[in-house]
Amino acid sequence: MRRLNLVYIGISRMSTFAVGQELTPTTFVINRAKLVDYANASGDQNPIHQSEVFARSVGLENVIAHGMYTMGLAGQYVSAIAGNSSRVKELSARFTKPVVVPADTDVELIVSTTVIEVNPDSARLEITATCNGVKVLGMAKALISL
Amino acid sequence: MLNPDLVGRTVPGTTSTTISQESIDAFARSLGETNTEVAPPTYAITITLEQSQSLLQSSGLDWSRVVHGDQRFVIHQPLVAGDVVRCDSTIESARVVAGNEIVTVRADLLKESECVVSTWSTLVFRA
Repeated sequence: MRRLNLVYIGISRMSTFAVGQELTPTTFVINRAKLVDYANASGDQNPIHQSEVFARSVGLENVIAHGMYTMGLAGQYVSAIAGNSSRVKELSARFTKPVVVPADTDVELIVSTTVIEVNPDSARLEITATCNGVKVLGMAKALISL
Repeated sequence: MLNPDLVGRTVPGTTSTTISQESIDAFARSLGETNTEVAPPTYAITITLEQSQSLLQSSGLDWSRVVHGDQRFVIHQPLVAGDVVRCDSTIESARVVAGNEIVTVRADLLKESECVVSTWSTLVFRA
């Protein structure tokens, strides 16, 4: 029975998923304008994500991206892997390091993933998100339906 | 310092939010997502974080000192335009580490009485 299932999965779009497989990374560009867009879209207008003066006044080295913006981009990457957002069942992350976004600068966020579990109808992914070589999300995982 | 009696108590949402296609489109666009048939997986934060904020502020915590520690989403049913949702919040844990207060809030989005999305936010209130 299980073998029969595998035959069907084998011809589906998700046939390429295997434990340990590393999927193609995506690079997202983050800059101040994008933080303003995210602030407006999400309603999170905390000034540490927009004002350098304010960010420095609370001890940050510069404006930082919303943790949820970084996680949102990771979510978009997972949606693309899954086929669409409706297949994303779980998403979790720890915000380990801030993504610092200086003025007039494009900061690159590189998101990659490794398949850590494959079930008949779902797969679990471990996500890595780095900025200038530093991991900015910890324990980042997703569960997608196949 | 959060009143320990509040931990474990669920505060039912008193208002409902109707999710519009415009808000899904704007949120998706800000993340570079073009397919907006359903909301992006992290969209629920636009509703839940505000509810958690008002709950914690009314409990005496200073939102200007907050840092987002971690975040989790469990999506039973993706949110779509036209959904009318209520947000129930529960402070699941609160502890003090090196003077920082670390609070985990769970928020459940309910469509009628069915939970469609649950979120867990760990928030660190810096000393």
